[in-house]
Amino acid sequence: MKIHEYQGKEILRQFDVPTPLGIACFSVEEAVAAAQQLGGNVWVVKAQIHAGGRGKGGGVKVAKSLDEVKSNAQQILGMQLVTHQTGPDGQKVRRLLIEQGAAIAKEFYVGMVVDRTAQRVALLASSEGGMEIEEVAKHSPEKIHTLRIDPVAGLGDDDAALVARDIGIPDVASAEAVKVLQGLYRSFVEKDAMLAEINPLVLTADNRVIALDAKFNFDSNALYRHPEIVALRDMDEEDPAEIEASKFDLSYISLDGDIGCLVNGAGLAMATMDIIKLYGGSPANFLDVGGGATTEKVTEAFKLMLKNPHLKAILVNIFGGIMKCDVIAEGVVAAARQVQLNVPLVVRLEGTNVELGKKILAESGLPIISGNDMADAAQKVVAAAKG
Amino acid sequence: MSILINKDTRVITQGMTGKVGQFHTQQCKAYANGENCFVAGVNPKKAGEQFEGIPVYASVRDAKEATGATVSVIYVPPSGAAAAIDEAVEAELDLVICITEGIPVHDMIRTRYKMQGRKTLLIGPNCPGLITPDEIKIGIMPGHIHKKGRIGVVSRSGTLTYEAVGQLTALGYGQSSCVGIGGDPINGLKHIDVMRMFNDDPDTDAVIMVGEIGGSDEEECARWIKANMQKPVVGFIAGITAPEGKRMGHAGAIISGGQGGAEDKLAVMEDCGIHITRNPAEMGRTMQKILKG
Repeated sequence: MKIHEYQGKEILRQFDVPTPLGIACFSVEEAVAAAQQLGGNVWVVKAQIHAGGRGKGGGVKVAKSLDEVKSNAQQILGMQLVTHQTGPDGQKVRRLLIEQGAAIAKEFYVGMVVDRTAQRVALLASSEGGMEIEEVAKHSPEKIHTLRIDPVAGLGDDDAALVARDIGIPDVASAEAVKVLQGLYRSFVEKDAMLAEINPLVLTADNRVIALDAKFNFDSNALYRHPEIVALRDMDEEDPAEIEASKFDLSYISLDGDIGCLVNGAGLAMATMDIIKLYGGSPANFLDVGGGATTEKVTEAFKLMLKNPHLKAILVNIFGGIMKCDVIAEGVVAAARQVQLNVPLVVRLEGTNVELGKKILAESGLPIISGNDMADAAQKVVAAAKG
Repeated sequence: MSILINKDTRVITQGMTGKVGQFHTQQCKAYANGENCFVAGVNPKKAGEQFEGIPVYASVRDAKEATGATVSVIYVPPSGAAAAIDEAVEAELDLVICITEGIPVHDMIRTRYKMQGRKTLLIGPNCPGLITPDEIKIGIMPGHIHKKGRIGVVSRSGTLTYEAVGQLTALGYGQSSCVGIGGDPINGLKHIDVMRMFNDDPDTDAVIMVGEIGGSDEEECARWIKANMQKPVVGFIAGITAPEGKRMGHAGAIISGGQGGAEDKLAVMEDCGIHITRNPAEMGRTMQKILKG
């Protein structure tokens, strides 16, 4: 689960990581009032959306007067902000962060990730602040310093100081940098994050170390023990179809094709998308109904797929193990009747009670196209989608 | 023969008395030699009771001492599953199979740290388990699609493993053992570990390896295969069409920072001599072509 920058900074402050003074706003009037309240004579007006690359897209502007705060806020609030992470349609800006400007001497990158191979949390740090870390990794990997952290000992003073020195933070600011790195690590672990980035982390003209940005992504499997994180969820930033799916415990991701897929199991669901592509079609979604799909779940899955205006055909691919094929077949028939299916439906069933399942589909009187195996079903649905 | 488990394996079920544990314990007990294999359950609140004739003990250690079991399977809900693995490791079992899906990643990091230097092997979490056909099934896979034979299967996915097994069985090829290593980012045995065992197993002739997007385990296994594997390997990677940055159902199935994409994995695997197929419906036939020469 992702959160906004201003929410991430609030978390960082709880872990003693300094950030600029700032106030989140939902209107132009609030933005001007916030700038007044913060004081000073330089402010930064920052669009709050979950995607990265906001600056390049025109979502971050410096203001040197309250009038400029107002005009910047007017420009940014409500715009469709397009970045390399939003897709071509962009994301509507509904929130702003107004911050005091900082006198930046130098920018750095620090981040925490889960290192799958080492099975530990890894601290990534670089002197190349403000750039995409993926770009740095591609063009100058020697500038990224990685430290894998012992989960029992945590991030020690000496290790943190070494990393700070490696990326070029001067000794005079070392103690502050250590505090930032340790705070970032503690927030990462205690809040069950999968990704945490401060990019840029800045050294100010007066040798303070401040987080100028904050990006967090949390482990959805751990949200049950973090109601304070769940409270930060912003539904406006999520795909409505994916929100709807999550209500029914369906794992759903929208794609840009025209063939809907309903599958049991994540690996088979991905493979089903792949085989559609292989035979010249294009999947409209990833959809895993899970191991215990009921008629209700299957019906909701059909409703979700049919909301997509581009949908031209549906492929149901079930390898019934614990889930019996006759139960799935009854679910498909009930759902198809309830939702008034208006696109071709191809069903491939395999596994437990497969004959009974096929019989239920055949006797339903519905125009269901039967697929003999995965390849046959994929070819049939691609042909059906092409009409 | 087989790897990891056979008809003489004795199993403790952690989380046997819950709804999921009860159902799958019945299924496992009914498969092949299951009646003799599943000898104990664990639930501190129900010690002394029985389920399906299987005695319940207060702890894994008690269950091990009373029955001599060396393997456990875990159906405990996510919030307690990492602690259940810890308990099995503390009791010095040989092998723990964790079926549970949805364990927080940081719990698994701590659990894997505690497992360093210990004898216990872990399969999973978030996996279907493993099966040696006609001998023993430990997990949630449908037993009837399997057939005893000489092909090994190792996979990160559940139903996609069944798909591979179903294709093999339909073509008349049985399996030595099928191992689901799970879809989580932090897990126990990886492709490479299971591949080593299949290589050493005199009763496995060839292996199907099923991977998916995310991480670099398949690449590491492929490089090991190139240097060491004596038997042919067929490979498939799910997620060629998966978009970057989206978690595709499994917690570990995500392309991030340009890493873990299916095409990159397939390229490395092909380069390492693995017989790859891009068509999930062709895993069995690709194996058939190799075995027929």
